[in-house]
Amino acid sequence: MSAAVTVDRWRGAEAWRGLFRDRPIIPLVGLLSVLIVIIDIVDPGIVSPGWANIIVRTTVPLAILAGCQTITMLTGGIDLSVGAVASMTGFVTATLVHSPGGVPQAILVSLVVAMLAGLVTGIGVGVFRVHPLIMTLGMSFVVLGLANVWQLQSVQTGAGVPDVLTMLGSATLLGFVPASLLVLVPVVLVILVGLRRTGYGRLLFAIGDNPVATRLSGARAWQVLIVLYVFSALLAGIGGLLLSGLTNTASVTLADSLVLPSVAAAVIGGTSILGGRGGYGGTLVGALILSVLTALLTAVGLPEPTRQIVFGAIIVVVAAAYTRVTGET
Amino acid sequence: MSATAAPIEGTGSRPADAIAAWARRNAWMLSLLALLVGLLVFTKLIQPRYGPIPVQGLGTSILPLALAAVAQAVIVISGGIDLSIGSMMALTSVVAASLMDNQSDATGVAVVVGVLALGLVLGGINGAVVVGTRVPDIVVTLAMSFVWAGFALLVRSSPGGGAASWLQGLAVGSLGNEWIPRAAVVLIVVVSVIWFPLVRSRLGLSMYAIGSNRLAAFRSGVPVGRTKFLAYAITGLFAALGGLSLTASTGIGTPIPGPYTLLSVAAVVLGGVSLAGGRGGVFGPIVGVVVLQLIQTDMSFLSLDSNLALVAQGVILIGVVMVGSVIELRRSRG
Repeated sequence: MSAAVTVDRWRGAEAWRGLFRDRPIIPLVGLLSVLIVIIDIVDPGIVSPGWANIIVRTTVPLAILAGCQTITMLTGGIDLSVGAVASMTGFVTATLVHSPGGVPQAILVSLVVAMLAGLVTGIGVGVFRVHPLIMTLGMSFVVLGLANVWQLQSVQTGAGVPDVLTMLGSATLLGFVPASLLVLVPVVLVILVGLRRTGYGRLLFAIGDNPVATRLSGARAWQVLIVLYVFSALLAGIGGLLLSGLTNTASVTLADSLVLPSVAAAVIGGTSILGGRGGYGGTLVGALILSVLTALLTAVGLPEPTRQIVFGAIIVVVAAAYTRVTGET
Repeated sequence: MSATAAPIEGTGSRPADAIAAWARRNAWMLSLLALLVGLLVFTKLIQPRYGPIPVQGLGTSILPLALAAVAQAVIVISGGIDLSIGSMMALTSVVAASLMDNQSDATGVAVVVGVLALGLVLGGINGAVVVGTRVPDIVVTLAMSFVWAGFALLVRSSPGGGAASWLQGLAVGSLGNEWIPRAAVVLIVVVSVIWFPLVRSRLGLSMYAIGSNRLAAFRSGVPVGRTKFLAYAITGLFAALGGLSLTASTGIGTPIPGPYTLLSVAAVVLGGVSLAGGRGGVFGPIVGVVVLQLIQTDMSFLSLDSNLALVAQGVILIGVVMVGSVIELRRSRG
């Protein structure tokens, strides 16, 4: 009798573990809802379509940069160059607005430059086996330095964020839908479908899970990695364009402060930094949690320093919960 | 590989063989020193007036980053990584500057001792969280970097405070010969006093052991958790020294972390410490820091855009690591 109860309880605990391990998005959405309820209790009436609009709008660039971290972390890597690449893309676009080709050309050129940076990173990581942390760190120095040089060379000093980006980054459609969703939704679909339904996505998981076995089964890891880092740089560039539109500024260090939160969003979202486990759905909720948390801490009236401390503590607690549940070391 | 294949009586019998073996073992450090000497000669060539005063300035300017690099080296050797070094330096620096403001020299000594103890505690907390939660080091220390930076802002919301005059004196000027920066002497003495007893102790050996193969170390009876915890504490101690050097060289405390965390990772890798752990020392990273700083100096002498220095630093970092990993790959294949 009592043994049966124990078994039942054990099964219950195991089911919870399984839920956390296989569908981390469900408890994450729960955490997000709890945060939203708390913020509504703290500041009654604040939660409204307009509020949600603002939260989503500020989350979109972070969510896109966190996408770079998610896909690179799946292979056991990390992309610390997202800040430099994103800022550079927004900045170069702003300087080229008045070039003959106009805005489309400016955006195209800056995204191509971003992908070139990603190509170099990918060759370093994939072919020369440089540790992704070092490779992307070095690339961020190179990109930031070159962007600074460009800043001195260009006549336009980055005052001209094109209207179309300002619209995409900060406008509202139909009363409460942020325009940046026009960019985010396709990006999300590409990443989600790419990771779940394509062979390429499975290769990313495989490389992160067991690189040697993947190589022995005939996968050309170096090609996969080069494509991965080019795509990551492209994503970072798109995120940078939206961020410069959102803030209506273009500077070569604009996105630097988003690098660490982007890693945090991916980690909270259940992607393992060791590779092989995770997904973009969790990352999106993770990015939303970070934004709502920031809003909550502001609403409570905590000063900036205390906010940072709570922020850090929550990352540790969530990551520790994952480690406990999944049993990874 | 070839060294182990050679007959044992062959090695050491001829001094040339012994020297060649020693050179092979320390190839990375020797190439790095050659790079440094080359850079120094190049500096002298492009700027014939490069003399004692700039050398003293070089000593002062590298001090915080060199200590950050040593801090990073300790934990990377032990198989971890600490992304909170910059924040710990900011926190210890503002604490020191706030407590030393308008105080006597004797109080200054007490403050320095207290701040070093604080560094041990901060690093110890990092280590305890890493060991206790088993969350990857990089995630924990990334999160802790927010926490320590937040505390730094709580201590001082804006740059300010003061530093004891003897502490400021340690970071500038020369010692004995005008070519020997006092900061360099302080750096070497402080690092040697902590590092040499450490590597010769059981703890030092355990640190290399858990860094190179955690499981093998565990099975040989090395207390893995305790060693990792102590390694983080020592990293915190060096970060506190870095924070004190910031206060000493600027005379104030700044709550916003400098670029030291990521640059320390760069310097460590440049200095021949493997990110996989278990290999390298603390003096390679110091040479790496001098190289990074000299590149910047040379760029300004060549009246090139100082931003190109950043590009050059990135290229050298990537290039050096690339060459290193290609050599490694060829060695493992051949």
